[in-house]
Amino acid sequence: MILQILFIIIAVVTLVSAIFVVTAHKLMHAALWLVLALFGVAVLFAFLEASFFAVVQVLVYIGAIAILVIFAVMLTRRVMDDSGPQLIKGWWVALVGVGALFVGLLAALGTWVGFQAGPGPSPDPALLTQLGSDLVDPTKYAIPFEVASILLLAALVGAIYIAADKKGGKE
Amino acid sequence: MPNFWSDPFGFLIQWFNNLLLGWGLPGGTVQFIAYVVGAFILVAGSLFFCLLLIWAERKIGGRVQDRLGPNRVGPFGLVQAVADMLKIFTKEFVTPDGVDKVVYNLAPIMSVAAVILLWAVIPFTITFYGNDLNVGVLYLVAVGGLADLSIVMAGWSSNNKFALLGAFRAVAQLISYEVPLVISLLLPVMLSGSMKLNEIVRAQDVPFIVTAPIAAAIFFISSIAENGRAPFDLMEAESEIVAGFNVEYSGLKFGFFFVGDFLHAFTIAMLFSVLFLGGWRGPGADQIPILGFVYMMIKTSIMYFLGLLVRFSLPRFRIDQMMNINWKMLTPIALGAVMATAFVDKATANVLATTTPVLGVILRTLILLVTNGMVLWVASDLMGSVLTRKERRVVALEARPVARPEPPAAPIEPTEGEVS
Repeated sequence: MILQILFIIIAVVTLVSAIFVVTAHKLMHAALWLVLALFGVAVLFAFLEASFFAVVQVLVYIGAIAILVIFAVMLTRRVMDDSGPQLIKGWWVALVGVGALFVGLLAALGTWVGFQAGPGPSPDPALLTQLGSDLVDPTKYAIPFEVASILLLAALVGAIYIAADKKGGKE
Repeated sequence: MPNFWSDPFGFLIQWFNNLLLGWGLPGGTVQFIAYVVGAFILVAGSLFFCLLLIWAERKIGGRVQDRLGPNRVGPFGLVQAVADMLKIFTKEFVTPDGVDKVVYNLAPIMSVAAVILLWAVIPFTITFYGNDLNVGVLYLVAVGGLADLSIVMAGWSSNNKFALLGAFRAVAQLISYEVPLVISLLLPVMLSGSMKLNEIVRAQDVPFIVTAPIAAAIFFISSIAENGRAPFDLMEAESEIVAGFNVEYSGLKFGFFFVGDFLHAFTIAMLFSVLFLGGWRGPGADQIPILGFVYMMIKTSIMYFLGLLVRFSLPRFRIDQMMNINWKMLTPIALGAVMATAFVDKATANVLATTTPVLGVILRTLILLVTNGMVLWVASDLMGSVLTRKERRVVALEARPVARPEPPAAPIEPTEGEVS
């Protein structure tokens, strides 16, 4: 009972802050609301006893990505001012896309039997070890894992290339 | 039921749970209430403990710098921190014009919360800990990230360019030093094979400071930087950016940042003793848990004292030096230590398994020590040229005798096309 009430509160907070991400007038506020929404998702993971995902959600999304977003927001000009119009020109395209995605997810999840099932057993702590060894197992996820790391490396190299002042260049 | 004298914390927890169960509450509710009460006691206790920390820091700082330190209020100035606290309570909250109210008021709370949340997973004795999460080490890193967020919030919401610049600088430092910190955290996890802090403590038959000295040193250095203390106190460069991200705060809100700071120094020392010095381990700590608490506090106090010595004796780094130390020294060495340790430990595991346990532990320790020494040797060899290179041109003029007149300046010849 307590858990259900807490779940509803967390869910409402997450959804409301997700709405504020879009409707907030200041970019910085949108970023902070985003942090709250992501934190709500982390709490939901914690409710599911998926402690690894809860912690990684905080670590990656709040600790790294949200900070980067805030940095990017703060380095944009006139961040202290109220911004202009809230809507861009092709807003209805985005609306259609998001609506289609939502309906698709709803249709896909509508037939899922997991909703009717009661709470399952607590996840085995050994699953975390399993996850770790699967990530480096060549027959399982080693190749996707490595491909992802190459992608990140490419992004790093690209960022350095853009940021570096080219020595011995025209200047 | 644990014995009160050998395990007071376990006894009190059991007693409290039994009391509530005796009132006929269901087990789940009892656990919930116990967690709430435990969290409240831990938070209140740590905040009161902070008063003692402030006194200790000022007293030790005074002695290191050949001063007396606080010595007026109470014996040895012990009550000085209480007097300061009362004074700061009575101060007015000055909220500057144009601040972002909610964010502005949330930031100091977050900065303290980010530190106190760390206490939730620290094992104080074999039985006394908040929650032994199976992702404990990751949790430490994740919660550490919230401190960055609080600084950004404080700097941005203050509506002051110096606060904003200070926040940029602080977050740049914190994010940078998180990299070697996290990498050095990998080594205790690797050597113990678990992310649970209590398992890490249990695995330290030989403290990890012996088997992973490089990681311990890097953790120590980067944790000082994470705390933003001298020699890494660039985030409060008074002469350049007034005072940093907290310049617009006053009264208790300003005090909150400092409570977070003082508490963070002690918490980091506690984490160091858990991760590298064997936490509550010591003779007899398995049977008498309260002894473990004593050992842990002794180890923590030593690390805390070392941190204070560093803080009060070293001058501040320049910002380029600060970044160089991180990216050109600590991060590569930490990565090298992780790779070398992983390789050597895995390669020798099968051989060591065939020997007796005691001999195995001794051999493993020796092998890891040698590995660490090799990493350090290779690193110093490779980085010697990088680190000794002059990073900055000498600005000062060459020394010359004072009395000799300067040579007359060469007449400036008019260039072509210049109209005089």
